[in-house]
Amino acid sequence: MERESVAFDVAIVGAGPAGLAAAIKIKQLAGERGLDVSVCVLEKGSEVGAHILSGALLEIKALEALFPAWRDLQAPVGVTVAEEELCYLAGSQHAVKFPDFAVPKPLRNHGHYVVSLANLCRWLGKQAEGLGVDIFAGFAADSLLYREDGGIAGVVTGDMGLDKQGRQKPGFQAGIEVRAKYTLFAEGCHGHLGKQLTERYCLREGADPQHYGIGIKEVWKIDAAKHRPGNVLHTFGWPLDGSSEGGGFLYHLDGQQVALGFIVGLNYANPHLNPYQEMQRWKLHAKIKPLLEGGTRLAYGARALNKGGWQSLPRMSFPGGLLLGCDAGLLNPAKLRGIHNALRSGMLAAETVLESFAAGDGAELDNFEQKFRASPIYSELYQARNVAPALSKWGPLLGGAFFWLDQNLLAGRLPFTLRKPRADHAVLKAAAACPPIDYPCPDGKISFDLMASVALSNTHHEADQPCHLQLRDADVPLAVNWPQYAEPAQRYCPAKVYEVVADANGNRGLVINAQNCVHCKTCDIKDPAQNIDWRPPEGGGGPNYTNM
Amino acid sequence: MNRILLIAEHNGQNLDPATAKSLTCALQIPHQTLDIAVFGSSRAPAESAAKLVGVNRVLFVELPENQAGLAVCLCPLVVELSADYTHVLVPATSFGRDLLPRVAAKLNAAQVSDIVAVDGDRCFKRYVYAGNALITVQAPAGTVVASVRANAFKPTSAGGQAVVETVDLNLELPRHTRLLGLNRSVSERPDLQSASRVLAGGRGVGGKSGFDDLYRLADKLGAAVGASRAAVDAGFVPNDLQIGQTSKIIAPDLYIAFGISGAFQHLAGIKDAGVIVAVNTDPNAPIFEVADIGLVADLFEVIPQLEQALANK
Amino acid sequence: MKILVAVKRVVDYNVQLHVKSDGSGVETDGVKMSINPFDEIAVEEAIRIKEAGHADEVLVVSIGSDACQEQLRAALAMGADRALLVKCDRDVQPLLAAKALQALVGQERPQLVLMGKQAIDDDACQTPQMLAGLLDWPQATFASRIVIAGAGKVEVTREVDAGLETLSLDLPTVISTDLRLNEPRYIKIPQIMKAKSKPLQMLDLADLPITETPLLNIVTTSAPEPRPAGVRVGSVAELVDALKEKGVL
Repeated sequence: MERESVAFDVAIVGAGPAGLAAAIKIKQLAGERGLDVSVCVLEKGSEVGAHILSGALLEIKALEALFPAWRDLQAPVGVTVAEEELCYLAGSQHAVKFPDFAVPKPLRNHGHYVVSLANLCRWLGKQAEGLGVDIFAGFAADSLLYREDGGIAGVVTGDMGLDKQGRQKPGFQAGIEVRAKYTLFAEGCHGHLGKQLTERYCLREGADPQHYGIGIKEVWKIDAAKHRPGNVLHTFGWPLDGSSEGGGFLYHLDGQQVALGFIVGLNYANPHLNPYQEMQRWKLHAKIKPLLEGGTRLAYGARALNKGGWQSLPRMSFPGGLLLGCDAGLLNPAKLRGIHNALRSGMLAAETVLESFAAGDGAELDNFEQKFRASPIYSELYQARNVAPALSKWGPLLGGAFFWLDQNLLAGRLPFTLRKPRADHAVLKAAAACPPIDYPCPDGKISFDLMASVALSNTHHEADQPCHLQLRDADVPLAVNWPQYAEPAQRYCPAKVYEVVADANGNRGLVINAQNCVHCKTCDIKDPAQNIDWRPPEGGGGPNYTNM
Repeated sequence: MNRILLIAEHNGQNLDPATAKSLTCALQIPHQTLDIAVFGSSRAPAESAAKLVGVNRVLFVELPENQAGLAVCLCPLVVELSADYTHVLVPATSFGRDLLPRVAAKLNAAQVSDIVAVDGDRCFKRYVYAGNALITVQAPAGTVVASVRANAFKPTSAGGQAVVETVDLNLELPRHTRLLGLNRSVSERPDLQSASRVLAGGRGVGGKSGFDDLYRLADKLGAAVGASRAAVDAGFVPNDLQIGQTSKIIAPDLYIAFGISGAFQHLAGIKDAGVIVAVNTDPNAPIFEVADIGLVADLFEVIPQLEQALANK
Repeated sequence: MKILVAVKRVVDYNVQLHVKSDGSGVETDGVKMSINPFDEIAVEEAIRIKEAGHADEVLVVSIGSDACQEQLRAALAMGADRALLVKCDRDVQPLLAAKALQALVGQERPQLVLMGKQAIDDDACQTPQMLAGLLDWPQATFASRIVIAGAGKVEVTREVDAGLETLSLDLPTVISTDLRLNEPRYIKIPQIMKAKSKPLQMLDLADLPITETPLLNIVTTSAPEPRPAGVRVGSVAELVDALKEKGVL
């Protein structure tokens, strides 16, 4: 198809911390050197921040490197961590607090900031625009655009105005080509273009599969008397049984708000497990519930996160582009923090891009790998490399003891590397072989029905458009997933997108409620048959997160 | 003491039920007198208005039919009449919503739209943000200009004996606006905005023939038929059937939604209904969140079964 | 002919709002903002009228904070020629908006003023009619069809409670737009880039000749009472029983 085309020096996919840091740093460096470098950022959310969801705790150093004057520029970094607790939840009533000395160093958060990453990104977006970056929100980078030599030449934005069957509706607008000398991919965890790039350029050669978790988050406004800005709580143990990994977090922001969430490792084996229900149940714990009582839930959302760490690092450069931030899996699984690495990777990319411009036409971005290996991102991921596998192998207690020893005494210097060679989608056991999990009914005060939650994500998609969740083989859900795993998509999806329904004659069918999708990518990750391709829907669709 | 003027809505012959409902609202404002103004070519609506309990006078202003519905023609007349009043009220129908702000501007008054409750002389409650918030709002000094969400009030009963006074205002009316025609949806069925039972269809009804089924059932129930925006946009039914925050806001005793998912703009238009029933194949449809009775089923199976059940009653 | 389109920056229609617990308003912190959807339809209609050769300039106007520039830029990207922001940091109630627009009409002399029939935040449905009244112009509210008829006339079909009403109006006039008038176009990236160089003028509300304007006082804001939870029935027979029990059948 003949498409309109626009050209930039640098195109960036995704207005998250990595993409925006790259855009900002490129403009800053170009300014210092008197160069004119045009930069655009494509963002599939209806505005910057609309699809951003994170805990979140921020290591301020990385932001400081980008904007030394972040304070004067009124960066919305919220409050500093004041008090912190790490608790093991033994059942629904008891919490065992770790004494400070027993807390592994990576989980100590003193000096960090409790932030809303969505709001931080909105601010970064404004800074970027102030520096002359063109941010196009509401435009999904749909597919890759190749150069003749096979390198990346840019991206094609999604078509707007197709109906369910893919026919053009009145007002149809074909997507356009966004061409660039360099294209930086910063889509966040498991980006759909990142997935294609990884395959095309064999970026994962020699690396372990990426490992993932799903994080489900809510924001509440609570009673002023119970609110302690800067208070940070992390829990592990209940309600998960020993065989599944994960834990909860609860951070007091300012303005009487708390951000709380629950992360479940997507390497869980029991197909009956329901991450959403685990989160709802976790809120009923005696340590959490009293805090929320009398409060109002303001927001809900979910997002997959990567936790493969050092062993799962892909090559991040390829002809014409780079993979950045969580698109490359830079979250530190020991710290459970990644924003600082996303920001740093963006800045490194900017330096590389500027050097390549200086080197003249056609220079590639290979230097990035070297820079990356010499960066603090690499060293901290290396140092933390054994933590997540140890927790997987030996469980929270024994693994936790190793965690402490490895990080607090040995600083990750053990002469071996633990590995997790099995991908998360490959570890599900048969439904019949696993105990069903009996989740409590929502009480409508602390725990809620899933659809009531999805409503709080302000998710909206144009109804009459092609389904953006594509099955490679339409028969797999009912022919394979249903008999073997009771179609786990019904449970791991935190937005009730997938439902197996039976008609009056008992004939089953899979219903895909694509309109509910909060773009978390879990289905693309966890489907045991790897049969689901998450594709971007019409630009601007998806959640409209406020302060996630 | 307050002197209230309520502008009547009528179709030329009959008083619109919104008038009697708005009167109930007006009567809740402490007052010394309450008059109704009727603009039109026939005295009949004025005579009906005079029978409503609580009305002191009915002011009949004769106007040719082609001017009686035009806001630009009524505005100077209402402004003239309003000199004697502290409050000017109108039902928040498409007629009232068209007319009143023009009057308010002429009076330099801040209008209160779509009031659902009276909270004192010049204090009212109304919804904002498509029904997501309820505000209490106080009108500033000067004439109180307010439109009334008629379906938030029960109609005032007949039985009064006010006098009808013919008023000749003798004003020159503007000629810049001409009525070319009104394509009135003719229906033998009860009026959507005042019916005690309403059946409504959404995109799930599938087309005009699906609505025929709905009409048949409606006739059995003596119900009016309405629709969601999706059904109107799809061309299944004409625009005057649309129910929602920015179209018709209804409050029947019984409301049954067939194949309506329940966008909150639609829900804002039915929130005051007595009993809300939802029939939808999608168990997650938001309409079930507000429904008093929900039935997860195919509407094409439910409608004939309901007809059957009513026939056996 | 010049067309003036007024647009309001409002909370996006997909966002479900929460009422502040102290009754002082709704939480709008970090909430997505958009052009009022009815106003977007007005912008689209103005551009279509221009594209059809009946107008030579589309001027888009907003009244509010600096942030309204976003919505004006979006309207420019759709195809408006020029934008004007009347800066005002307080609550812009309809009468005030109408008076500001009246002043702008005096300066700009458009033949046609278009805007949405109501804003989805205050749901007032007043500004277009007030403006028409202040100007002593004809008005056509709730338009679902607009035909520039020539000879200084315009034909408008209005969606009214009784059906569809058609009016003929002399220009200049004010028309308020309803949902089914058109479907606004998708904005394209090249147009966003082009819109950056289109003129966007700012002026202060205080600099406009506006007479003293009374304002409504919003005393409290509360969340509406939720309806009590309902029941699910499994069959039509159960439905009929439930309806009888509630006394509505």
